[in-house]
Amino acid sequence: MTAYSILSRDQNLIFYSMKNVTNRPGTTISEAEASRRSFLRVAGAAALTGGLLTACSNADESSVVPTGSARAAGDMVKLPTGDVGILAFAYVLEQLEAAFYEMVLAKPYPNMSTSDRMLWTDIRGHEIIHRELFKAALGGAVPVLTFDFSTIDFNNRADVLIHAEAFEKTGVGAYNGAGKYISDPGYLTLAGKIVSVEARHHSIIRELQYPFSDAFAGPTIVTSDTGLHLAYEPTFVLPIAQKYIKETLDASALVASLA
Amino acid sequence: MNLQNIFSEIEKVDGEIFDRLAHVSRRGLFSSLTKKTIAVAAPAIMASAMNKAYGQALPANVVDVLNFALALEYLEFEFYDLGNNLTMIPTRYKDAFEIIRRHEQVHVRLLRNVLGASAIPKPKFDFSAKGTFNDTFSNFQTFAAVAQTFEDTGVRAYKGQAANLQNAKPILQVALQIHAVEAAHAANVRYMRGQKGWVNGGTAALSGLPSILDGNYAGEENVTQGGVNLATALAGDNRITTAMITEAFDETLTKAQVLALVAPFFA
Repeated sequence: MTAYSILSRDQNLIFYSMKNVTNRPGTTISEAEASRRSFLRVAGAAALTGGLLTACSNADESSVVPTGSARAAGDMVKLPTGDVGILAFAYVLEQLEAAFYEMVLAKPYPNMSTSDRMLWTDIRGHEIIHRELFKAALGGAVPVLTFDFSTIDFNNRADVLIHAEAFEKTGVGAYNGAGKYISDPGYLTLAGKIVSVEARHHSIIRELQYPFSDAFAGPTIVTSDTGLHLAYEPTFVLPIAQKYIKETLDASALVASLA
Repeated sequence: MNLQNIFSEIEKVDGEIFDRLAHVSRRGLFSSLTKKTIAVAAPAIMASAMNKAYGQALPANVVDVLNFALALEYLEFEFYDLGNNLTMIPTRYKDAFEIIRRHEQVHVRLLRNVLGASAIPKPKFDFSAKGTFNDTFSNFQTFAAVAQTFEDTGVRAYKGQAANLQNAKPILQVALQIHAVEAAHAANVRYMRGQKGWVNGGTAALSGLPSILDGNYAGEENVTQGGVNLATALAGDNRITTAMITEAFDETLTKAQVLALVAPFFA
């Protein structure tokens, strides 16, 4: 079994889960298997490149988040290498999450409850804070991206929850998988300070989806036999993020630098 | 038992760890293992991986970090194991506490597998914390409050050790994955107690807990990250509050800080 085939299967699992999670985790396809494989895929990343140059979907302009320095679709955004590249990777994900929650509150679904609005306001705040910290740290090495959320129905609470859950899950897995590539102990600790908050978000969103259950840490999220949360390689995460980003990410140099 | 001895701070890093683990990692530590094997034998595989990297003996500093983690997992597992056998837990929360109990159980098993003969034995615990909590297993509110404290503190404890595992990368990743599980637990227990899932400041009261637990939350009021004062940097954004800035980052605790905080729970 080649590393690339594992990556593709994992991607399919994620895409499946982002679109079709309507039942209890114990009865969904086994994301736990995917997480085990990704945790064990320490060595495979260097061999994996490409997959990021996928075509942008046609944007519904009404769901394209306007940004301060909008770039045209198709622009290439090259991620730096090494520690700065991992920070840039995190910045991409935090931009994506923040933009998503900005949309949730800009286009609130009908009858959004007070408690829901409070939750989205909190999480939006956290992701904006993460985004602005990385923006400051990177000093313009990565531009403000333009997002396309036309595949998300912001008028539908269930669809918003599905995507929030998917973005948080991807974020947790991304930080957990990238930690080992960080050289600077201060950056590693900073990433640690953020990932646990993403895990808290994820846990609460799961609780909203499946109240009074074990879904917040069920077997699709945490391996039953070892009790480990998700960990995804950057090469697994970037194609997922790319689906929502109008610019084209070029992570080839970053991925090569992680060998 | 002598906690000070077991948890003695050995912060020096064995320079050879990096070479040994990086070597194993580059060669594809797990690449020959089938999915089926992984599914049935993950703890044994972890132990096997460590043996490949180190032979029979883990470096002293890694053993120290893992035994520190094991002590906390023993504490958590016994706490939930005792609590879950009682009727005080409302039915609607039983599934949550059962899966938390199981996670702590497999964390203990995983760490013991990796440590092998170096694993510390299970200590004896006092869940009254020397008389501070006299109804831990008869009053659900107390039980949930202690659970929240253990989980929030566990997040800070693992986070504080991440940089000490940088030269043992497979172990670092596992520690990060356990760290995220503690955070998932913490958020759920906070939520069932009527708290937000995230920690919004540096006192126990802000997390719905008595002030005797202030130390477990001290430092969480921090608003400066990576040298950037975020309260200043984001002062112009009316969507952002100071509480959100503290919530957006969980802070670390050192091993010594954690041991001082949990010491009352060790008999």
